[in-house]
Amino acid sequence: MISVFIVLILIFVSISLWQMIKIFDLSKAISGVKIDDSQIANDKDNTTQAKLMLAFLAFIYAITIFSIVKYGKFPLISNAASEHGEKIDTLMIWTLLLIFIVQIITQFLLYFFSFKYKGRKGAKALFYTDNHKLELMWTIIPAIVLTGFITYGLLTWSDVMNLQKDNDPMVVELYAQQFNWKARYAGNDNVLGKSNVRLIDIDRANILGLDENDPNAQDDVITTELHLPVNRPILFVMRSQDVIHSAYMPHFRAQMNCVPGMVTKFSFTPTVTTKEMRENPSMIDKVININNIREEKNKELAFSGEEPLDPYQFDYLLLCNKICGKSHYNMQMKIIVETEEEFKNWYKNQTLFKNSLIAQN
Amino acid sequence: MAEYIEFEKDHHEHHHKETFITKYIFSQDHKMIAKQYLFTGVFFMGIIGILMSILMRMQIAWPEQPNIIFDFILGKWAPDGVMDADIYLALVTMHGTIMVFFVLTAGLSGTFSNLLIPLQLGARDMASGFLNMLAYWLFFISTVLMVSSIFVEAGPAAAGWTIYPPLSALELAQPGSGLGMTLWLVSMAFFIASSLLGSLNYIVTVINLRTKGMSLTRMPLTIWAFFVTAIIGVISFPVLLSAALLLIMDRSFGTSFFLSDIFIQGEVLHYQGGSPVLFEHLFWFLGHPEVYIVLLPALGIASEVIATHARKPIFGYKAMIISILAIAFLSTIVWGHHMFITGMNPFLGSVFTFTTLLIAIPSAVKAFNYITTLWKGNIQFNPPMLFAIGFVSTFITGGLTGIILGDSALDINVHDTYFVVAHFHLVMGISALYGMLAGMYHWFPLMFGKMMNKNLGYIHFWVTAISAYGVFFPMHFIGMAGLPRRYYSNTNFPLFDDLADTNQIITMFAILGASVQLVFLYNFIYSMFYGKKATQNPWKSTTLEWTASQKQIHGNWQGKIPQVHRWPYDYSKPGYKDDFVPQHMPLKKGEEEY
Repeated sequence: MISVFIVLILIFVSISLWQMIKIFDLSKAISGVKIDDSQIANDKDNTTQAKLMLAFLAFIYAITIFSIVKYGKFPLISNAASEHGEKIDTLMIWTLLLIFIVQIITQFLLYFFSFKYKGRKGAKALFYTDNHKLELMWTIIPAIVLTGFITYGLLTWSDVMNLQKDNDPMVVELYAQQFNWKARYAGNDNVLGKSNVRLIDIDRANILGLDENDPNAQDDVITTELHLPVNRPILFVMRSQDVIHSAYMPHFRAQMNCVPGMVTKFSFTPTVTTKEMRENPSMIDKVININNIREEKNKELAFSGEEPLDPYQFDYLLLCNKICGKSHYNMQMKIIVETEEEFKNWYKNQTLFKNSLIAQN
Repeated sequence: MAEYIEFEKDHHEHHHKETFITKYIFSQDHKMIAKQYLFTGVFFMGIIGILMSILMRMQIAWPEQPNIIFDFILGKWAPDGVMDADIYLALVTMHGTIMVFFVLTAGLSGTFSNLLIPLQLGARDMASGFLNMLAYWLFFISTVLMVSSIFVEAGPAAAGWTIYPPLSALELAQPGSGLGMTLWLVSMAFFIASSLLGSLNYIVTVINLRTKGMSLTRMPLTIWAFFVTAIIGVISFPVLLSAALLLIMDRSFGTSFFLSDIFIQGEVLHYQGGSPVLFEHLFWFLGHPEVYIVLLPALGIASEVIATHARKPIFGYKAMIISILAIAFLSTIVWGHHMFITGMNPFLGSVFTFTTLLIAIPSAVKAFNYITTLWKGNIQFNPPMLFAIGFVSTFITGGLTGIILGDSALDINVHDTYFVVAHFHLVMGISALYGMLAGMYHWFPLMFGKMMNKNLGYIHFWVTAISAYGVFFPMHFIGMAGLPRRYYSNTNFPLFDDLADTNQIITMFAILGASVQLVFLYNFIYSMFYGKKATQNPWKSTTLEWTASQKQIHGNWQGKIPQVHRWPYDYSKPGYKDDFVPQHMPLKKGEEEY
C-alpha cells in the first residue's frame, strides 16, 4: 500500500507544481506583461534549447569517457584465454575504435549544427536541396571502410569456424539439459560413443543416452566439471536433451547453441591455465575489487543475521546463454584449464562409462 | 480527375449523418481509426509494456529482495514480495512482444499511416474504409487476447518474444508454455491478419488515390516510409503466420515440424525429425524486417519534422527515397545474422555478415543527410524537433554497434548479452519511440485542433533523452563484460558482482525515464480538452494535411481536393516572402521545381 501512497504523493506534487507555474504565468498576465501562449517556439525558446543541445553533447561525451575509464579494463576485452580469442579481440578493438571515432564526429556535427543554426525571427534558412558530390562521398567512404571491415571480419570468422584445420583435436561433448551441463570425454580412442536421448535409462544411470553396445562408448567419461589441457585443440560436440541452450564460454570467446535433435560444433585451443589467469595482474585487481564488494555485502548480511558470502576466487565458466526456463540464470559449469600432466592425473580418477552403469537384477 | 472528385464529394455527403457508434466505435474514417490505434496500441499497451520493463529492472538491480511494489502488482507471482523466476521470464517475453508488435508496429504505423496517408496524398479516405475498420478491430481482438493471457493461471508466455521451440512448444519445459503460449499464438494470428489488411490498404491507397499532381517523387518522405513499411509487412508477416500455425500444430496436434529427440522430465517424447533451427529461420525472416517495420515510419516522420522545423528542404530528397528502398530490400536478406551461433553453416554466416554490414551504407547516407539538413537552417526548437534530433542521435549511437553484432566473428562473444539489449533498444526502441513522439507533438494540432504545452514538451524530451543514454549506454559495457541477458538474477555468478552497481544506476535512470512519460501523458490528455486552439497550419508546413478542414469531417476537405504543383520541401525558397511554399501553390512563371 505504501507504494500507492508514494505514487499518489508524486502525482499531487507534480500537479501542484504545474498549478504554481500557471499561477505565476497568470500573475504575469495581470501585471501587464504580454505572454506568448501560442505554444510555438519563439526566439527565447530557441536560444535556451540551442544551449541545451550543446550541454547534451557534453553529456554524451562525458558518459562515454566515464564508461571507457570505468569499464575499459575489463578482462573480457583483453586477456582472451584461447588462441582465436586474441584475433577476435584485435578485430573488436579496431571496430570499437571506428565506432567511437564516427560517434564522436557525427554527434558533434548533429548537436553543434543544432546549436549554431538556432532559429531567429525573420531569418531564412539556406535553400540547399542536394549536392551529388557530397552524397556520393558519404556513400563511397562508408562503402570503402566497410569493405575493409567486412573482409577482416570474414577472414577472422573463417579462421575461428574452420573445424578441419586442427590436427587431432581432443573431442569433448557438451551436454545440456534443464538446468545443468555435463561433459563427455571420448576416452583413449578419441571417438565418442553413439548416443540418442531415446536410449536414456535413468535406472541404469545411462543419463546421456549412450549406446551401451557401441564399443566406442565403453571408455567414454562423463563429468560435471570441464577440465581442459592447455594448448591442445579441443573440438566441442554439443547436444541438448530438452530445449535450446547455448554454451557460452566468454573467457575463451566461444559460444554455440545446443539444439535438441541435432549436433553442433565449436572448436578452440585454450592457451592460459586457470592458475595463470588467477595470477594475471588485471585479474588480481578484478578479484580484489569483487571481494571488496562482497565484504560490503557481508556487513549487510551479518546485520540481518544471514550467512556471509564466500570469498571469490577466479574460475573459467561455461554459462547457458539461451533462455531455457526457470533456472536459466543458474545453469553453469566450472571450467578448469590445466597442464597436460595435471589433466592426465585428473582424468585417471574418472569412472569409465562401462563401469558407471548400474547392473539391473 | 474532375469527375472523380465530384463523385467523391457526393459519396461523402451521403454519409454525413453519423451515429455515435459509427463515428467513434465502428468508424470507417481514417482519422478516427488512427486515434483508435493511438489509444489502444500506444497508450494502453505502451503503459503495460513500460511498467513491465520497470518491474524487470527493479528485479535486476535488487535481486531476490522483497519489494512492496512486486507484492502489490504481481500478487501471487511474488510470494512475500520476492519475484518468481518464471514470472521474470514472462515479463521479459511480454515486454518484448507488446513493445515490438503492439506499440511500435500497430501503434506507430496504425496511427501515423492511417492519419497521414490520405491527408498528405490528398485523398478523402483510405481505399477501403471498411477493410481499415476491420483491420483495427482484428487488432483490438489481438490486444484483448494478449492482455488476457497475462491473467491465466500458469502465467503468460515466457519463452522470450522470439518464442523458440521446444521451450515454447512444451508445457513440460515451463508453465508459461501452456495456455499462456496458446493465447500468445492466437493473438499473434489475429495481429498478423490485422497487419496484412492494414498494409494492403496503405499500399493500394498510395498507388491509386494520390491527388492530381502528386507524382511519386512529390510524395512527402513520411508517405514513402509508410508505403515501403507496408510492403515489407506484406512480404514478411505471412511467414511468421506460417511459423505460428506450424507451432500450433506441433503443440496441439502432435506434428514434429520443429521438434525432435526430446527427453524431458523423465520421459521421451514422440517427436522426431523436426528442427528448431527451421523455426528460427521462419521467425527471423519476419523478425529482422520487423525491425525496419518499426524503424522506417520513424525515419519518415523524422524527415518531415526536421525539414519543417529547420525551415529548410530535406537534403538529398531522392537519395533519401533510394536509401529507404535499399534498406527495405536489404532488410529481407539479412535475417541470418540473428543465427550465427545456432549451428547454421559457417559459410551462410559469412553471407549474412556481408549483407548485414551493407545496410550501414544507406543508413549512413540518411544520417549525413539529416545532419546536412540542419546545416544553415533556421531551426525552430518546437518539441517535435527536439525528438527528431534525438532520433538522429540514438539512430547513430545504436546503429554503430550494429557493426559489431552484424560481424559474425564478433557476434560470437556478445551474442545474447546485454550488449545486444543496448544495441536494439537504442536503434529501434528509443529511436522509434522518438520518431513516434515527434509525430505526436507535430500532428497533435491536426488530430485534435489543439496545441500541446511546449514547456512540458521540453521537460519531457530532456529527461527522456538523459534517461535513454543513462540506461542504454552503460549497458553496452556490461554486455562486453559478458553478462548474459534474460537472467533473473546475477547473484549466482560472483564474476559479475562488480556490475551490480551499474545495474542499479541503469534501473534508476529507467524509473526516471518511465516517470517522465507521465508528464507527456498528462500534457496530451489535458491539451486534448483544454489546450490552446491551434491555427490551421501552426508549424507553417508545406504538406497537404494542413489544408484539410479543421472540423475533422469524414472526407477531409470541405470543397474540392487541392491539386499539387510542387515537391513537399519548398522551405525558405528564394523569391518568396514566406519561408514556406505549400505544395498546392502553383509554380510561378519560370520557377523551377527544385
